[in-house]
Amino acid sequence: MATYTPRQERHPNTLRREHRESLLFALFIGPNLLLFAVFTYWPLLYNIYLSMVRWDFLRPTMTFVGLQNYIDAFSDRRFWNIIWQTATFTICSVGLTLILGLLLALLLNQPLRYRNTARAIVFSPVVMSGAVIAVVWSYIFDPRYGLIDQLLGFIGLDSPNWLADPFWAMPAVIIVYVWKNLGYAVVIYLAGLQNIPRELYDAARVDGAGTWERFWNVTLPGLSPVAFFLSVTSVLTCFQAFDIIRVLTNGGPADATTTLIFHLYELGFVSYDAGKAGVVAIVLFLIMLFLTIVQIRYIERQVTYG
Amino acid sequence: MATINELEQAIKPVVVRRRHIPLSLLGWRIAGYLTLIVAVLIIGLPVYWTVMASFKETREIYSLPVTWWPAKPTFNNFSAAWEAAPFGRYYLNSFITTFFGAGIEVILALFSAYALAYLRFPRKDLVFLLLLAALMVPTEITIVPNYLTVARLGWINTYQGIIIPGAAIAYGTFLLRQAFMAVPHEILEAAHVDGAGHLRILFSVVAPITQPAIVTMALLSIVSKWNEFLWPLIVTNTTDMRTLPIGVFWLRNSEGLTNWGVVMAGSLFLIIPVLITFLFAQRAIVEGMTAGAVKG
Repeated sequence: MATYTPRQERHPNTLRREHRESLLFALFIGPNLLLFAVFTYWPLLYNIYLSMVRWDFLRPTMTFVGLQNYIDAFSDRRFWNIIWQTATFTICSVGLTLILGLLLALLLNQPLRYRNTARAIVFSPVVMSGAVIAVVWSYIFDPRYGLIDQLLGFIGLDSPNWLADPFWAMPAVIIVYVWKNLGYAVVIYLAGLQNIPRELYDAARVDGAGTWERFWNVTLPGLSPVAFFLSVTSVLTCFQAFDIIRVLTNGGPADATTTLIFHLYELGFVSYDAGKAGVVAIVLFLIMLFLTIVQIRYIERQVTYG
Repeated sequence: MATINELEQAIKPVVVRRRHIPLSLLGWRIAGYLTLIVAVLIIGLPVYWTVMASFKETREIYSLPVTWWPAKPTFNNFSAAWEAAPFGRYYLNSFITTFFGAGIEVILALFSAYALAYLRFPRKDLVFLLLLAALMVPTEITIVPNYLTVARLGWINTYQGIIIPGAAIAYGTFLLRQAFMAVPHEILEAAHVDGAGHLRILFSVVAPITQPAIVTMALLSIVSKWNEFLWPLIVTNTTDMRTLPIGVFWLRNSEGLTNWGVVMAGSLFLIIPVLITFLFAQRAIVEGMTAGAVKG
């Protein structure tokens, strides 16, 4: 009994200081966490609830319907069509961004004059508002007075009616999206290129590897972690791409450019169907969560074994 | 003899190479520059086209063939855009939401990063995880519940309704935490010994040392708030509360097709401040945006 002395009796000051530090910690980080709780975590939970009710935002009561909204969504051809379009948009945009970005980065990594200016120009669309870029491009796509029609005219082609044609609307959205986000990929690739040790190139040269072999055996493998990071990040941002679609095509014509995120907006703020909007939000969240976990796993492995 | 042979063997390829390199190198150079020009044109032409259109007379925009330079440059589109929509008000709204939105983010990130980097707390790892997990919930999926919350608070069509739901900051917190952890321990200890409290250490020791990281983080916040579209679109419902991106969007809806010059001028109202910022702070912005990529 006598041997045991509670800590506070032994070090009253230390403990008080620890308490004060914990309190300060809570004060410092509290507001940030509180905002996340109210405007991020609560909405996530609330979406789960919404996805199981039928509600039009106006009626005072919601009708609980269980999983009916999910069943309805997944047995609806339109919903599958939207998922398919989201996949098309994402795969094409990410693929083009990754390939064109790599080519441009390899070029900008060469000791060319004015390459810093070129880099700045290539990156500049990244910082511009997506909505305004879409406004500008809706003029560029103008089938009669637009820039593209003019350029196609040089090679004797007629411009399609990009934004009004169900076939060309999706390519138009992809073009604008890639145009805006290419610079980000270029900059990430350039950082990756800088991280490949010079010695690897020297060693390859000593072994008699030509330009092409050095590219295949040193550059590409050296860039693979960066390319992986980029592909996951780009897929995630594609799922969030709203402004360009809203402004350029408004999801149309005839649903041709409706993606999941646009569908969510439409259900929530145009057709006022809280339940279905909840389903789309949850589906979107699960897909993106899965991708983020894949990415974190990969980065962890890089850090531990890389 | 053998040595001379070896020497010759060693020299030969060099000599042979030297004869060939200039020509092929020149070829590569030219090809490189040509590709570079094409790439820069593809990225730059739309912006050039926008600027030119905003200086063209309406008649010129709607006449064929299209011109590459305004025949009679005019500022009319800018004044017409300013009159077609309350751009003064849009600027004010955008400034207020950007200033306070980014300001709150920076302050929250400073305090959160300081707490995570230096203060002891029983389950700090859990708090860290809570912030990290917030990065995994895209704001887009929260729009419906957040709209309901904001409506319940009576904040629809108000500045706080635009600003507060997006004010929490995770990415910036991690960016600053990383910078804070790199501050030498001796400096902090010296400040402690001098009897400085945590607030003073944060603002007069840590913040000045990590200023570049803070500036970077602030710039990222500013650019993203300035360009924000989805949330202000949903949460505002009168013209006088719209921010610039929403304003330009509605201007296009009312004037597009019939008056592209005015719409392009309106677009420039929004793009030019960002481009000027980018021109002066290019490095910080690019570094901040790419920070997560290569270090991991």
